[in-house]
Amino acid sequence: MSKNTISPYRYVRPDILSILTSDDLFTKAERQPTRYSYAEAILELGAKNPDIVVLDADVSKSIKTNLFAERFPERSFNFGIAEQNMMAAAAGMATTGLIPYASTYAVFASMRALDMVRNSIHYPRLNVKIAASHGGITPGPDGVTHQGQEDLSIMRAIAGSTIIAPADPTTTKLAVWAAAEYDGPVYLSFTRDPVPVLFDMDYPFEIGKAVTVRDGKDATIIANRDLVVQSLVAAELLAGQGLDVRVIDCHTLKPLDIEVVLQAAHETGAIVTAENNMYYGGLGSAVAEVLVENHPIPMKRIGVRDTFAESGPYLELLKKYGLSAEHIVKAVEEVIERKS
Amino acid sequence: MEMVQAPMSIEELEKMAAVIRCDIIEMICTAAAGHPGGSLSSADIVTALYFRIMRIDPEDPGWPDRDRFILSKGHACPVWYAALAERGYFDKAHLATLRRLDSILQGHPTMNKTPGIDMTVGSLGHGLSAGLGMALSGKLRKKDYHVWVIIGDGESQEGSIWEAAMAASKWKLDNLTAILDYNHLQNDDSVDKVMPIDPLIDKWKAFGWHVIEIDGHNMKDIVDALEATRSFKGMPTMIVANTVKGKGVSFMENVCEWHGKAPCQEEADKALTELRR
Repeated sequence: MSKNTISPYRYVRPDILSILTSDDLFTKAERQPTRYSYAEAILELGAKNPDIVVLDADVSKSIKTNLFAERFPERSFNFGIAEQNMMAAAAGMATTGLIPYASTYAVFASMRALDMVRNSIHYPRLNVKIAASHGGITPGPDGVTHQGQEDLSIMRAIAGSTIIAPADPTTTKLAVWAAAEYDGPVYLSFTRDPVPVLFDMDYPFEIGKAVTVRDGKDATIIANRDLVVQSLVAAELLAGQGLDVRVIDCHTLKPLDIEVVLQAAHETGAIVTAENNMYYGGLGSAVAEVLVENHPIPMKRIGVRDTFAESGPYLELLKKYGLSAEHIVKAVEEVIERKS
Repeated sequence: MEMVQAPMSIEELEKMAAVIRCDIIEMICTAAAGHPGGSLSSADIVTALYFRIMRIDPEDPGWPDRDRFILSKGHACPVWYAALAERGYFDKAHLATLRRLDSILQGHPTMNKTPGIDMTVGSLGHGLSAGLGMALSGKLRKKDYHVWVIIGDGESQEGSIWEAAMAASKWKLDNLTAILDYNHLQNDDSVDKVMPIDPLIDKWKAFGWHVIEIDGHNMKDIVDALEATRSFKGMPTMIVANTVKGKGVSFMENVCEWHGKAPCQEEADKALTELRR
């Protein structure tokens, strides 16, 4: 970036911008798994609102909701390894006006207990917040059984669902607080592995409103959860090649911010979606559906292909399974090429 | 709307149970679909709850301090709808709309459509957990409402029932009572043949529940057990109610096929004649 031009970035912390394309991003920058950001946010929320209760399924030490349990023991309920019971009990609690945050891993929230999540929570539109850690293949070392690479696609299929996959610790806290203000079920998806603190607290978080975090005119990357940072890196790399790429943090997968998607389509003419989730059923599909019905343009989806991953360090998994900044760069080059 | 007086005497309850059984037959016959067997087997228990035991106000279905009721075996909802209608939650004319388009009476109980339904159920093995959540909330907020949940014996094959059983015991939820409609039949065959669940009483005791066994068609037994459980402290109560599937209609009693089959008009007339005798 030249010093005498206006920065195309919005809400991104200056210290992050200075190391975007350096290895320091995942070694020296302030980082946190967003599951911990959730735990911190719920602690603050619990102090303000006596209706907040936290439900756990024997992973409270992993998510750090044990901090809530220590501070508010009477409002903390550990159901043991019994996610189905936890979800339906959360529904029962919500009928009495409590606001339960049911915490577990994405695979268990979206699959083990899906029947309860659909029939007991979403069908009656009960005010339950589902706090799912280990989204995508972020639980790198744990391997496939604990990698929630389908949760966003699965949850998107449920009528009336609201799905938020925040990009960093800051927006995770804002999402957790926004969910409490929203009357109805909300599915929140967090990372197991640490991600850099990308944004300042002035980030304008609103459920359903995607945020342009980098302006650009040649193409747009629409990303969520932990691939927002990879998309920012990609945009910076592309800037080095003289390409001016917009990056949208689409933290709310559903309801999708159709207006922002279509505006990007009209203004930049090419779109790449980036998600650490199956490349069908999630963000890529949602954006493709909007584009194909309204304004078809060159598009490419970054996501987990039709495969399970494996154990390994998080960043290496991103590289092996096609989710890294380099993959996003390639996809952007391809869609820009197809524009002409 | 005509309001009935509650609490009722044992004799009045018996008469009301017969009325509710007639409603069940008429509803399912009119809808030409539904589950008569399990509706009839739980009719006496549901009647006792709605017309004697529960602290409720049909004029104010959302009263925060009300007792809660969940028919976890939601497919038996005709008995729930009949009880709510007879108790004055909504006009009895709605009963004829069961399972029709735009009806407030869905094929399985739906809290946002039907006044008085405290929890949406239908997928088996959810209701006890939901009741557990309501009971936990009651304890947290120091409310003295009681939560009543009817589960089925076939439903007890769902693992989540036992997850809820463990949890209710852990939290000593003496404000939660489960009633097992033990009618021995499920959709495919007898419970014993499909997947045996005995020894049930031992199981519930082993899970840390206070267990009472009753004749689920003896109104005095039912009332005594339900009244006793409200004042029982320190652990949740399971009332194992020995029942007969299809109770009250001779040709439906203990016949598996009537789990989910609607009577034709002729069969309904025959059933109603028996029930009104």
